[in-house]
Amino acid sequence: MNLDLILFLVLAVVAVATAIGMLLSRNAVYSALFLVLNFITVAVFYLLLGAPFIAMAQVTVYAGAIMVLFLFVIMLLGAESLPKAEVLPWQKPLAVILGFVLIAEAAYLLITRARPLGQIAPPGDAANDPLTLQQLGMSLFQDYLLPFEVTSILLLVAMVGAIVLIRKERRVH
Amino acid sequence: MVEINYYIILSAVLFTIGALGVLVRRNALIIFMSIELMLNSANLAMVAFGSVLESFSGQIFVFFVIAVAAAEVAVGLALIVEIFKSKRSIDVDQMNSMKG
Repeated sequence: MNLDLILFLVLAVVAVATAIGMLLSRNAVYSALFLVLNFITVAVFYLLLGAPFIAMAQVTVYAGAIMVLFLFVIMLLGAESLPKAEVLPWQKPLAVILGFVLIAEAAYLLITRARPLGQIAPPGDAANDPLTLQQLGMSLFQDYLLPFEVTSILLLVAMVGAIVLIRKERRVH
Repeated sequence: MVEINYYIILSAVLFTIGALGVLVRRNALIIFMSIELMLNSANLAMVAFGSVLESFSGQIFVFFVIAVAAAEVAVGLALIVEIFKSKRSIDVDQMNSMKG
């Protein structure tokens, strides 16, 4: 049992516990806060995997921007919790059974079928070297330039779409 | 040293919790958060694969996924606000007609 494995297990427990907390919280605000903690835990996993850039992007974009947007909408709508109503009583047990089937199937297929093999070494000094970040940026702007530009158009379209959806309609008579 | 299998199993577990959230919960906002959780678990698997293969492609894909998730959240939350305006509720059981 080395330090890496202990760190992984502790973080994994936190990640799964916060995910279950999000799933089970009655109050949507608590769900959102559990999810923030989950995202930050995943960011620490990225650091363990030697991906500091993605870890920081995760914290700023996911745990920062996206969850703030969620909290704004929850509080704007005042929709913290819904009144109790059981429409389909067999749905929840069935969902749990199907969830276990999904988890078994996914783990089995991912572990038995073609995939990269091996062990993940703890990130060395190279992970924090500016040169590594430079290589990442080069790869992003050379090999993946077109997807990058398309993403900017996607973000623009999403912004315009959100404005159009929220805008008050003017009635023309 | 951590086996990549551990990361794969963790990713599968988180994905399943997200899928359960979509199936079980009725609050549209929490269903949306569960979708974010599923995206995140897939990202974790991608970074783990990239780390094993010593390639940047995994990280770059995750970067794009984060950008797409941000766009998706902006539009999705706008839709939820609109639905709330017309129905006064974000219970997905109430959303059974296409008419606004």
